[in-house]
Amino acid sequence: MFRKTLMAAAALFAMANTASAATEITWWHAMDGALGDVVNHIADDFNNSQSEYKVVPINKGGYEDTMTAGIAAFRAKNQPNIIQIFDAGAATIINAKGAVYPVQDLLEKYGSKFDINDYIPGVRYFYADSAGKMIGMPFNSSTPLLYFNKDALAKAGIQNPPKTWQEFEEMAPKLKEAGYEGLAESHSPWIFFENFMSRHNLQMATANNGYDSTDVELLYNNEDLKNHWKKMKEWKDAGYFGYYGRAWGANQDAFLQQKAAMWLGSSGSFGGLRKSATFDFGTSTLPYWKGVGDAPKSTFIGGASLFAFSGHSDEENKGVAAFFEFLTKPETQYYWHKETGYVPITTAAYDLAKKDGYYKESPDAEVGIQQLSEEGGKWTKGYRLGFYVQIREVIYSEVDKMMNGEETVDQAFDVIETEGNKLLKRFHDTYSN
Amino acid sequence: MKRVQFGHSPVPYLFVAPQIIIIAIFFLWPAAQAVHQSFLLEDAFGMSSQFVWFRNFEDVLSSPSWLKSAGFTVVFSVLVAVLSIAISLFLAVRADEIIRGAKVYKTLLMWGYAVAPPVAGLLGIMMFNPLMGDLYILLNRIGLDFNHIQNGNDATFVVVLIAVWKQVSVNFIFFLSGLQGIPKSVTEAATLDCKSAERRFWTITFPLLAPTTFFLMVINLTYAFFETFGIIDVSTKGAPGGATATLVYKVYVDGFLGADMGGSSAQSVLLMIMVSILTVFQFRFIERKVHY
Repeated sequence: MFRKTLMAAAALFAMANTASAATEITWWHAMDGALGDVVNHIADDFNNSQSEYKVVPINKGGYEDTMTAGIAAFRAKNQPNIIQIFDAGAATIINAKGAVYPVQDLLEKYGSKFDINDYIPGVRYFYADSAGKMIGMPFNSSTPLLYFNKDALAKAGIQNPPKTWQEFEEMAPKLKEAGYEGLAESHSPWIFFENFMSRHNLQMATANNGYDSTDVELLYNNEDLKNHWKKMKEWKDAGYFGYYGRAWGANQDAFLQQKAAMWLGSSGSFGGLRKSATFDFGTSTLPYWKGVGDAPKSTFIGGASLFAFSGHSDEENKGVAAFFEFLTKPETQYYWHKETGYVPITTAAYDLAKKDGYYKESPDAEVGIQQLSEEGGKWTKGYRLGFYVQIREVIYSEVDKMMNGEETVDQAFDVIETEGNKLLKRFHDTYSN
Repeated sequence: MKRVQFGHSPVPYLFVAPQIIIIAIFFLWPAAQAVHQSFLLEDAFGMSSQFVWFRNFEDVLSSPSWLKSAGFTVVFSVLVAVLSIAISLFLAVRADEIIRGAKVYKTLLMWGYAVAPPVAGLLGIMMFNPLMGDLYILLNRIGLDFNHIQNGNDATFVVVLIAVWKQVSVNFIFFLSGLQGIPKSVTEAATLDCKSAERRFWTITFPLLAPTTFFLMVINLTYAFFETFGIIDVSTKGAPGGATATLVYKVYVDGFLGADMGGSSAQSVLLMIMVSILTVFQFRFIERKVHY
């Protein structure tokens, strides 16, 4: 008994010793389940590749939980080195002056080199400031895709999935005749608001989509977007569009259970769908309206990025820089892309995947990155809007009301405009002094 | 005269100290912080803040979604409290009358108590899943055109049903022990005096259960206000169109998800005021009718 204790103590001491030899870098993230395993694998690879630093990834729940945990830790002056923050929370952390160490500064000071043009166009400026300086490190980037059930399309006598909404409108009655709803869709704010604007190269908010100032107003209340939603309502009433509410999974299930022939979701869902679908499906780009804006342009990314918290020692920051460099290495990105379905964030990684023949064996995995590499426009770089989580809540709520007929499309957009702008004003008043 | 008190020994204070400290740390201090925060506009990371008087309260009280949510909370709480008390009282009376196999019934009725609210929400929403939920399919098959994803009233029905189901077992335990606490002699005397079981119940049994009922009313309203959060979050997330968002759920969305510290603090202060008024009302006006 005594010997056992002694040995355990010795083992513990030895472990503590090796741990103190390497500088510890804590990384709070929101990747759980299979994604969490991949994250741990990457951290292990980094730790084994050198002995100076040890990255410790810790799952803090979902995106929102992770952000809240980070906020609480920062206020208690006990923040981790790296935190993963999702797209809608970016404005909150970037506008809190001095809370983060901009990744570009970090890499330029401690790393070997930094060139923003190494990154694919779609992710380049999404987490940058108005001067184009990269603040957050793009990490898990996804984009909306159209998934289609090949059998269903064949049954309706349709060759190819729709490129435009005009084409969709033509094929929807055929699909209905074949016994399918044409379309289901998850995450309306992301796909049919934010990405609608990007795809059609329309301005989403004043002040350069919010990059230049927090004094900003939404531009959602426009004829193009409203016409789209009027169509959606029309299609829903005709049985061409199945609306299963705000829950991501409920709409995806409609596709998986072959009620809906097509589904708009995230490129990040690709890996999971491949496992759970009992039918043959393909992916295609997000449809657009011919004649609206100058579509098709590249879409916005979704997902999250990594931020380096300020207030850490030089030694630790150096470790963060080293880890970020490791993360952007083509091999790391290719591995991440292959395992998860998120897009590779650098052109070098994309090239590696191409060279390796990954897209020959699985061409559908390339659609997301192709879409993000499409030609960009003035309004496709991204957006920076405060309290955007709550604005999305307003959108969710108003979409419900449009779909159940409680409000007309025009009424709903008036509410989105007034409520959204009220929230933006609050954010401006909070962060501008 | 002989002193009957122990004098001013510090020992009693020592005994209650742990409780007082816990209340101070986990209730009084955060409550004071919330009040303080509700007068500030402060960024989430605490890098800058300004005192804005009642701006947060004005913003909250002028927000249509908050007002809608306040209305829903009242309706929801009353429905949950009244229904769960009525149903569990009925079940307790029935279970009390049973002699054979009473244990089995009682155990089965108490089981729900062990289910955590988010799990209850999950169970509920699986039963109401539009693609495969049994209750959803059943309700539509009997011709009700039921759709809680689009219809606010249907969604209210779903969350009330889950919340009531979850609470019935707790109430049942209290009512059952209340019923068993009624002396046999009283019920026997009543049986001799009055033949109608129903009248006997309302004139003898129910008044004897009044303290329990009052206690449960307070507990159930608190439950409906605060503890149903997990059910709402898992089952509807306040949808459709904010029709099932309770005030606590809104505090969570704005404060926890949205990082609006001042706004959510103002909401929780308003909530605190509402619950205080409710408590005063209950104890001043309803408790008078209760005889212990």
